[in-house]
Amino acid sequence: MSSDTFLVGNGAGFSGDRVDAPIPVVRTLIKRGLPAALFFEVLGERTVALAQLERRANPELGYEPMLERLLAPVLADCFKHRIPILGNFGAANPPAAARCIARLALRLGLPNLRIAVVAGDDVMDSIALDQLPVHEADDSIDISRARLIAANAYIGAEPLVAALKAGADVVVAGRTSDPALAIAPLVHHFGWSLEDWEKLAIGATCGHLLECGSQVTGGVFWDPGRKDIPNPENIGFPIAEVTRDGGLVITKAEDTGGLVDLRTIKEQLLYELHDPSYYITPDVVLDITACTLEQVGVDRVAVRGLKGRPAPETLKVTASFEGSWLGEGEVSVAGPNALARAKATADVLHARLKLRGLPVRARVDLIGVASVHDSDDGALWRAYQGPEPSDIRIRLAAEGATRDDVDQAAREVLALLCCGTAGTGGARWRVTPRILTRSYLVLRERVPTSITTRTAAEIIQ
Amino acid sequence: MIEVPLYDIAHSRAGDKGNRANISLIPYNPALYPYLAEQVTEARVLALFAHRGATTCKRYDLPLLHAFNFVVDDVLEGGVNASLNLDGHGKTQSFRLLALTVQIPEALASTKT
Repeated sequence: MSSDTFLVGNGAGFSGDRVDAPIPVVRTLIKRGLPAALFFEVLGERTVALAQLERRANPELGYEPMLERLLAPVLADCFKHRIPILGNFGAANPPAAARCIARLALRLGLPNLRIAVVAGDDVMDSIALDQLPVHEADDSIDISRARLIAANAYIGAEPLVAALKAGADVVVAGRTSDPALAIAPLVHHFGWSLEDWEKLAIGATCGHLLECGSQVTGGVFWDPGRKDIPNPENIGFPIAEVTRDGGLVITKAEDTGGLVDLRTIKEQLLYELHDPSYYITPDVVLDITACTLEQVGVDRVAVRGLKGRPAPETLKVTASFEGSWLGEGEVSVAGPNALARAKATADVLHARLKLRGLPVRARVDLIGVASVHDSDDGALWRAYQGPEPSDIRIRLAAEGATRDDVDQAAREVLALLCCGTAGTGGARWRVTPRILTRSYLVLRERVPTSITTRTAAEIIQ
Repeated sequence: MIEVPLYDIAHSRAGDKGNRANISLIPYNPALYPYLAEQVTEARVLALFAHRGATTCKRYDLPLLHAFNFVVDDVLEGGVNASLNLDGHGKTQSFRLLALTVQIPEALASTKT
């Protein structure tokens, strides 16, 4: 391997990922002895809005809740071996995330750890949404009445590169595009131009393949007896080897489970892609229609033939609004005549909501007969002709404008403990607020970004 | 020719963006690609999700990767923010596609990984 190879490791693919995953990744990066970076992607579409609600309740929260657990085992090693860490783990509160990391650094005896905070993605106060073209919307949003929770632009690699140039050991961002977290260290290391579309296409593909962590190394791939993987309890997270001229090989952390082969790469390459000739990121428009793959070793796949087009003039802004309320309740039936009891229970629940005149939209699932593949009217379980299931969970979901309405609906499930069919048990119910999102397009010059880089000691003093 | 479920000869993964799902379909054996191209049509995939109100289905072909990408609109009952479904992201829908059956030459029927 030439010294012109850079390694990009991924330590998390979503908020909620396995917190011990980064350890073998960092161990492998160090063992390989090549220049490297580690990134964490923990922001789903609604995660920033949930984080913003946390921040409202407590100004020191609103960043990735597992941040300290994720970084504590690897921060000192990464600092020692000059492996920068990038992450959108700042969520709705990057400055507070930086303080969390600084406190951790001081505990680990790393007062000189340099932490960069990227600002600019939060456009809630700087951009009037009602003057922007709508990109994607939840149909049900009445924009004039909905209360805005958060509005964040998906920013590209540029400020992340600037942070690395400023010597940051950890780059704390809020909303970035996922691929930017991998593009930035490559651009910084190789000195690629931010207008070298072919190179940025390779960086974007690297980011796209790695951004969901284990999904490219066996996670949501393994299927017992059909697509088996070694040690699914310890799937190794992915590492990309990228060369200056744009070679890209996907592999994974050593001494772990999971696997990397043509099948895992293909599944992740197409994941959440629409037109394969036009995958839009803030840094480049990616075209994978000429992409070819080759297994070049055990758990090693080379990715070639990627094409890039100029970056779009606009950035996507996702805004989140307070939505309605969701009430859910569940009970179980099992044993003889379970299907008939479950179907009758479903009918009774619908009848009860009608009887009480609750203004909710409701659905009943018969889990064990048909649920996740079904429609709101239960078309699949009503038509079910298969063998009699012996254990069925009945689930009511009700959406309404007020907390009380959906709570009352969900409590109708609870009432079945006494009023339900023979042998009804195991009731659970809960009420949660819903968030609505809408995406807009904004000219990128309207989203200025900035970075602030300070040492852990400076942040905490 | 014999009839097999797609599950016996192909794998799949589903993802979401709003009320739109993308579902990949990848035969284990590249020799099966033309059979799937002919039989797993946009109309058949749309019909699989008709009960959920899906409105359109677009298939993108990737012959170099021996893979297909189906993009199905309005299949997620409003999307994760509005759906009453336990799986608002529609991640489980890949296995609904894999239950669809196709006719393939018997000689190609034993390629299960």
